[in-house]
Amino acid sequence: MTYLIPIIILAGCGLLAGVLLTIAAKVFYVKTDERVAKISEALPQANCGACGFAGCSDYANAVVNSGAATNLCRPGGADAAGKIAEILGVAAAEVVPMTAVVHCNGNCDATSPQFDFDGVQSCKAVKRFYNGSGTCKYGCIGLGDCVDICEHDAISIVNGVAKVTPLLCGACGQCAEVCPNKLISIKPLSGHVDVLCSSKDNGKITKQSCSNGCIGCKMCEKKCASEAIKVIDFHAVIDYNKCISCGECVKVCPVKAIHSCMVAAEQKD
Amino acid sequence: MKSLLIILLSAMLTDNFVLAKFMGICPFLGVSKKLDSASGMGIAVTFVMICATMVTYPIHHGILVPNGLEYFDTVVFILVIALFVQLVETMLKKCIPSLYSSLGVYLPLITTNCAVLGVTVLNIDNNYSFIQSIVNALGAGLGFMLALVIFSGVRKKMEYADIPETFKGVPATLIAASIVSVSFMGFSGLFS
Repeated sequence: MTYLIPIIILAGCGLLAGVLLTIAAKVFYVKTDERVAKISEALPQANCGACGFAGCSDYANAVVNSGAATNLCRPGGADAAGKIAEILGVAAAEVVPMTAVVHCNGNCDATSPQFDFDGVQSCKAVKRFYNGSGTCKYGCIGLGDCVDICEHDAISIVNGVAKVTPLLCGACGQCAEVCPNKLISIKPLSGHVDVLCSSKDNGKITKQSCSNGCIGCKMCEKKCASEAIKVIDFHAVIDYNKCISCGECVKVCPVKAIHSCMVAAEQKD
Repeated sequence: MKSLLIILLSAMLTDNFVLAKFMGICPFLGVSKKLDSASGMGIAVTFVMICATMVTYPIHHGILVPNGLEYFDTVVFILVIALFVQLVETMLKKCIPSLYSSLGVYLPLITTNCAVLGVTVLNIDNNYSFIQSIVNALGAGLGFMLALVIFSGVRKKMEYADIPETFKGVPATLIAASIVSVSFMGFSGLFS
């Protein structure tokens, strides 16, 4: 009996609580739209926030209840957009495949460190310490904060510089956010001409610190037929809305700071 | 009547559960960012405290004590608290969905909020009568809400303050919380 009474009392309390909760759940039942759960399932559940909502479930909610566009999920791409459209019964919106690109080519052959950094091995820490350890203060630090945050394993450090594999990239933009030098941007996969330099120093200083850097000579700007390329703060910037990917700027650049990443783009298609 | 008022005020001010007894720090730091969610959380916790006291008191004196099962207090009380938290959650989901989403994970966390369990256990320990217990729970809940509301005001000011890089975020919040706590020490000895 010493053992039985406590067991009975506890079991009784539990049972009573269970019954009460069941009744409450029936009384306060909230009708949820089943499409929200279905869309949530169709999304990759990366919770990256690239769509502009707090997470996958939040986006699913917004699609159903406040009419958010169906093609905002970047990691899911056309696949997810198609599924969402199917669930909602609307025509699938066109999805422009995007990818991240690192605007720096200051690898170990082109530039050198200014000092050795022995502290915490992260780009953020180095950046706080005298603005970074490299000779060029705008370039890739190469300790891989972006590699750590990438959920798609799309970034790797090659010869001291972060490189994105467009084939794997989900274009969620988390790397762009974490890079202390803001070197990474998200661009359409089809526009495959990239300026791989972000130096805001003038041509002379850039030339001294990195042999792959853009010197701001404006040769590309003059050559570009569609006026898509502009030199801003001593480095070229491409407007992908105008760029026709003709590759003329790649040929004309005297320091080879503009690259064509065509091969990677074709692989993804 | 006078003793009830003293219990109410001392539970609110001198023995404030958050700032003097340091219970329920997790929701105190988590939900005090905005005034409306802070007051919502305060009301939810007060509701759970009063309901839990109303049920745990008879359970303790009616069922557990006659059977010599006082050691069962904690287990049964947690069960009762969990039940009421679940009830509040379903009710909020139906009636105030915006508050439900802004409270987020802190709502189910009331279950493990030691302030709620603390109230029910302290009522038994202090040999309060049924009415006194409920007044004590009300005072504790109001005190919790008071602390949250005051602190949400402090945090609003802190958003515009120029805080050194090292202290930004949680460290500055904890320092501010300790200063608010020190200010509540001014009430000590008021009702003794």
